[in-house]
Amino acid sequence: MSWLLLGTVFWVGALVLNLRLARHPGSRAARLAVAAVFGVTLLVVWECVVRGLGVPGVILPPPSAIAARFAASTHILWVDFVQTFVKGALSGYAMGCGAAVLTAIAVDRFEFLKRGLLPVGNFVAALPIIGTAPILVMWFGFDWQSKAAVVVAMVFFPMLVNTVQGLESATAMQRDLMRTWSAGRGQTLMKLTLPAAMPFIFNGLKICTTLALIGAIVAEFFGSPIRGMGFRISTEVGRLALDMVWAEITVAALAGSAFYGAVALIEKGVTFWHPSQRG
Amino acid sequence: MRSVLPVLTVVAAILGIWYAASVWMNSTWTLDQAQRAGTTPTFSEMVTDTLAQERPKLPAPHQVARELWETTVEKSITSRRSLVHHAWITLSAALAGFAIGTGLGILLAVGIVHSRVMDMSVMPWAIASQTIPILAIAPMIIVVLNSVGVTGLLPKAIISAYLSFFPVVVGMVSGLRSPDAMQMDLLRTYSASRAQAFWKLRLPASMPYLFASLKVGVAASLVGAIVGELPTGAVAGLGARLLAGSYYGQTVQIWSALFMAAILAALMVGAIGLVQRITLRRMGMAR
Repeated sequence: MSWLLLGTVFWVGALVLNLRLARHPGSRAARLAVAAVFGVTLLVVWECVVRGLGVPGVILPPPSAIAARFAASTHILWVDFVQTFVKGALSGYAMGCGAAVLTAIAVDRFEFLKRGLLPVGNFVAALPIIGTAPILVMWFGFDWQSKAAVVVAMVFFPMLVNTVQGLESATAMQRDLMRTWSAGRGQTLMKLTLPAAMPFIFNGLKICTTLALIGAIVAEFFGSPIRGMGFRISTEVGRLALDMVWAEITVAALAGSAFYGAVALIEKGVTFWHPSQRG
Repeated sequence: MRSVLPVLTVVAAILGIWYAASVWMNSTWTLDQAQRAGTTPTFSEMVTDTLAQERPKLPAPHQVARELWETTVEKSITSRRSLVHHAWITLSAALAGFAIGTGLGILLAVGIVHSRVMDMSVMPWAIASQTIPILAIAPMIIVVLNSVGVTGLLPKAIISAYLSFFPVVVGMVSGLRSPDAMQMDLLRTYSASRAQAFWKLRLPASMPYLFASLKVGVAASLVGAIVGELPTGAVAGLGARLLAGSYYGQTVQIWSALFMAAILAALMVGAIGLVQRITLRRMGMAR
């Protein structure tokens, strides 16, 4: 009972604090503080509710138990992280996105192909491609190669559609200018269309960060060696060791956010000229 | 209309690559069998054999099409072997989840637009949660809800709702904010209340954004329902067909389930596109 009371008190206190903070918006620190207070409150209320109501750990473990499990099994988590994220997701992401950009550059030269490929690409991008996971696991075996293949299949079409749209974004005026300078196809591509496409390309890259991680994890549900985040999640769920599952999800969340943040940071450096980055 | 020919060309090219790939990938098995029998097949014999195997590595398009036809049209809908039966199970979970997720998403977006505290506290987390592989939680949600006694449609619907929730929140927040300062000022000169501003300006202005995010959300909800069927151990639904097919090496079954999922996704996105076109035309917003 006292836990529930504590939770309520903390919640009300945080709400008052946030209301006061939100009255003076504008500064970056205030914005960060409000979001941070909300996040911390969520964790504290979770902890208090679980302890106060005596929710069993096999249904919802408290954050403290998850943190303890996280600290106790960093070794396993690291092995899983390397297997799923570095080997599976990152390699697939690099291959898929690279292939998509190259395909887009090739397609961009032919109006006919572009008109055919864009609708098909848009259509495929909306399909549940994750369903190809069992097939690809069958083809490429249980190890990380099949996960990378699933990731390639998932990121290729969103990336292709974004890049093709980006390559079209240079205006006719700009193209004409390049022509008056008698720039060749390669020069126009490197100096005008590719830089102009960067905001779109990075939009695609950012969407694909999440897709890559999801693809690598879900592909492991269909078979994997005895390590990997998806493998650990599905087996620990079976053993009802939910604190381990949550620790694994924490790793996935951290990895996903860091991956996204890294791509966003690179974007900031590359597309510094774009209005959305100058503001 | 002028893109019909290019699209058909691309589709034909994909089919051609598919046939070539299935000949190439299945030839190992054929050659292996032939070697054991002590014969060397001619090229045409090999091609016909690779395109008609029982459990090919990559089934040819016509095999998948025949399986689709047999399991949808020739089986009665109530049969457990009917793909329509499985598709309906997945579709109902996806649609239920989509409805829940969209409703909650719109409500949260309305709250975010009207309350600065909510905007500053919830919005960063809503955006951050997009970078988290939410699907990884799916098996846990299923198992936990099963252990609490919630089974059947609802656990899958919750995963679908969760996946379709965030696109709708993010889309609706930018949609409800899309009226520019001039339009808001005009309403203020009419001394419109906040509720009036919401119903007469913000909500209508958000419709294009809503439909764009609904399309993303409906596709996501289908993925959620399919993945939600995996951990329950292949009972029913398209996800179960995928899992069972992968256990027993029934590649044709996997591919037909995959195509059924693709058809469902296309139908749902198409249906929303239709509603979008009708709504926007009646609102005079169609371009």
